[in-house]
Amino acid sequence: MYGFEALTFNIHSGYLEAIVRGHRAGLLTTADYNNLCQCENLDDIKMHLSATKYGSYLQNEPSPLHTTTIVEKCTLKLVDDYKHMICQATEPMSTFLEYIRYGHMIDNVVLIVTGTLHERDVQELIEKCHPLGMFDSIATLAVAQNMRELYRLVLVDTPLAPYFSECLTSEDLDDMNIEIMRNTLYKAYLEDFYKFCQKLGGATAEIMSDLLAFEADRRAVNITINSIGTELTREDRKKLYSNFGLLYPYGHEELAICEDIDQVRGVMEKYPPYQAIFSKMSYGESQMLDKAFYEEEVRRLCLAFEQQFHYAVFFAYMRLREQEIRNLMWISECVAQNQKSRIHDSVVYMF
Amino acid sequence: MSMVDASSWGAALVRISPYTFSAIGIAISIGVSVLGAAWGIYITGSSLIGAAIEAPRITSKNLISVIFCEAVAIYGVIVAIILQTKLESVPTSKMYDAESLRAGYAIFASGIIVGFANLVCGLCVGIIGSSCALSDAQNSTLFVKILVIEIFGSALGLFGVIVGIIMSAQATWPTK
Repeated sequence: MYGFEALTFNIHSGYLEAIVRGHRAGLLTTADYNNLCQCENLDDIKMHLSATKYGSYLQNEPSPLHTTTIVEKCTLKLVDDYKHMICQATEPMSTFLEYIRYGHMIDNVVLIVTGTLHERDVQELIEKCHPLGMFDSIATLAVAQNMRELYRLVLVDTPLAPYFSECLTSEDLDDMNIEIMRNTLYKAYLEDFYKFCQKLGGATAEIMSDLLAFEADRRAVNITINSIGTELTREDRKKLYSNFGLLYPYGHEELAICEDIDQVRGVMEKYPPYQAIFSKMSYGESQMLDKAFYEEEVRRLCLAFEQQFHYAVFFAYMRLREQEIRNLMWISECVAQNQKSRIHDSVVYMF
Repeated sequence: MSMVDASSWGAALVRISPYTFSAIGIAISIGVSVLGAAWGIYITGSSLIGAAIEAPRITSKNLISVIFCEAVAIYGVIVAIILQTKLESVPTSKMYDAESLRAGYAIFASGIIVGFANLVCGLCVGIIGSSCALSDAQNSTLFVKILVIEIFGSALGLFGVIVGIIMSAQATWPTK
């Protein structure tokens, strides 16, 4: 019952909630980012990171560091935290934590299929996959020629199987179809996750609805902007939007017919939460949109920690870590390429 | 007894021995208080253990929350002991007199008051203790402030004990 979760939540999940809040305290603050931005080279970055929770992961790396190594080791910390939490979790929290992985699985599947299309080596692609999205038969994805084979050979045994019902076709895989497949899978995944959270009820349902709705709306805007000028028809575009969120259903009708960014802006400014985002950018500018969306997402994720006794803190923590890894990647790249003036373009500060 | 009809529910109620009511009251007083204390302790304890992994300094201070929950169980024990000293034998002829019944009901009510007041007090202190541990792990200046809330919460159990003892003071059985 909503409001009385405090009485029974701690039986199964009190310990893990306390652990995840401890991890949240270890996220990098603005002061840490300022120190990192002052670094001259990657070894300086490694030295600064050794004082944070990443220290034990980076200390054994030999001296000519690459940005990919830094990102890989930091992702390893995220994976270790996740594994520790999921092996202690009971139902329904273990299902909830599993759902967090499916997004990465979808990204990995698309990565391998695209890479195979462009004739890359499978082993090389597997090394680039996100560790949270790995599953057993992932290497077999390279063999499939079209989506039906993809489903029949590999994906029917994975948790992604139910998301495939909408995009099973016999067409051969090419770049456009793969993007459509990615977006259709992600749409089915978000709707499934949303329904699951609604079933959990209470504070989890309330906070996760907000976070997932924002995710769905953000994807809708990105799909719209990326498909302007391509041959994706309006009906196809509308089929890729999720069936929930602030923009559903009237915003989706309007977004489907947009042909340039100013029209998208016109649609989004009717919704007060998104008007604040779009008002930060002047007309005609779309590069800042990604960063504005990330900032809004981080703001909402940090707010999820204000309430106790719900599962959304786990989702929020994973997302905040991923954002932090993105920040570290950007900072490392800027430092490695000596373009420190551009560091502040894309770093999203959390607290 | 002319007040009640011989075959109504009222008659059945006044025919239950006052000692039954007293015994149930004493049982509820200790049983439900300990339920509240245990509930509160596990709510606080699980959060405290998890939070102490990243911030080991919080363990010694936050045991106060557990002690407050424990105090609730002690109230229940004290009142149960006081109540059982109020039990006296009355001769069978006087067992269903109004005064006997009053004594029985007084002990019963006292037990319920203390039991349920301590149940919710234990829950309250437990939930606040959990939040206290988590906040202290993030920011150690918050501990004392949240402790004040906890002290107010534990006062609820004390109110229950006071009223329970006042109730049981009027548990006078008829003299032989």
